[in-house]
Amino acid sequence: MNWLKTHKNDMILIAALLILGGGLALLLLFTRQDGGLVRVQIDSETVMELPLDQDTRIALGEDGHVNTLVIWDGTAQVVEADCPDQVCVRQGAVRYAGESIVCLPHKLVITIEGGQTGGVDGATK
Amino acid sequence: MDAKKVAQYGLITALALVLSWAESLLPPLGAPGVKLGLPNLAIVFALYRLGWKDACAVSLVRVVLVALLFGNGAALAYSIAGAALSLSLMGLLKKTGKFSSIGVSVAGGVAHNAGQILVAMVLLETARLAWYLPVLWVSGTVAGVLIGIVAGVLVERVP
Repeated sequence: MNWLKTHKNDMILIAALLILGGGLALLLLFTRQDGGLVRVQIDSETVMELPLDQDTRIALGEDGHVNTLVIWDGTAQVVEADCPDQVCVRQGAVRYAGESIVCLPHKLVITIEGGQTGGVDGATK
Repeated sequence: MDAKKVAQYGLITALALVLSWAESLLPPLGAPGVKLGLPNLAIVFALYRLGWKDACAVSLVRVVLVALLFGNGAALAYSIAGAALSLSLMGLLKKTGKFSSIGVSVAGGVAHNAGQILVAMVLLETARLAWYLPVLWVSGTVAGVLIGIVAGVLVERVP
């Protein structure tokens, strides 16, 4: 009990941070939308936009870098990369608007954009 | 600067480096960027034992050496931003005298993660990374508690 008393401020700080973090997480969780488009940016420039509802496998990269992006079943995922840290590969699949996969060594950002899935196809058919 | 201080600097900086290396060997913990912050153990220790300015010096040397040894130029910017924000906040909290090493370390952990995300958002010109903020926020808090407890024990017991 004595320990709790001497660490009261610490506890308040920790609780406040956890509540803030949790609140932020809930806010993002409840405002999330299914994605429609996969935007690929290299060095802040958009190089490609792919529909999330068309399965594909594509090799991305410049200057000898390769990240292999797979779009499958409404999700996007980097399955293979030749960067040293492999953070983008380990991250797994993303599917909601606003989510992104980042490969810092290759300056590659893959973002899921909102929008109606298959809207264009529906209109043109 | 006397010999004892020089030796202390060297030891703590070396410890911070070894902890950085050890952490790079750990398996990834869930999401990218989620980590224990082992090097912060040495930094918090330095903060209490040597003072704020010296902790900053140790941290700067660690960040630069880690970038040279294991990382790349891009990683350096993120690390420096994280370390700077973290040390500023830890220094401030310690100065208030109201928090133990746990509270100080928690603030440092969260600030470190937030700093890195902010720089990534600026450098990559994408606001989308805000998505990771809550994850890293909470993980930084938890890691900060653990590091703070251990650092507190170390500051108390290491002669």
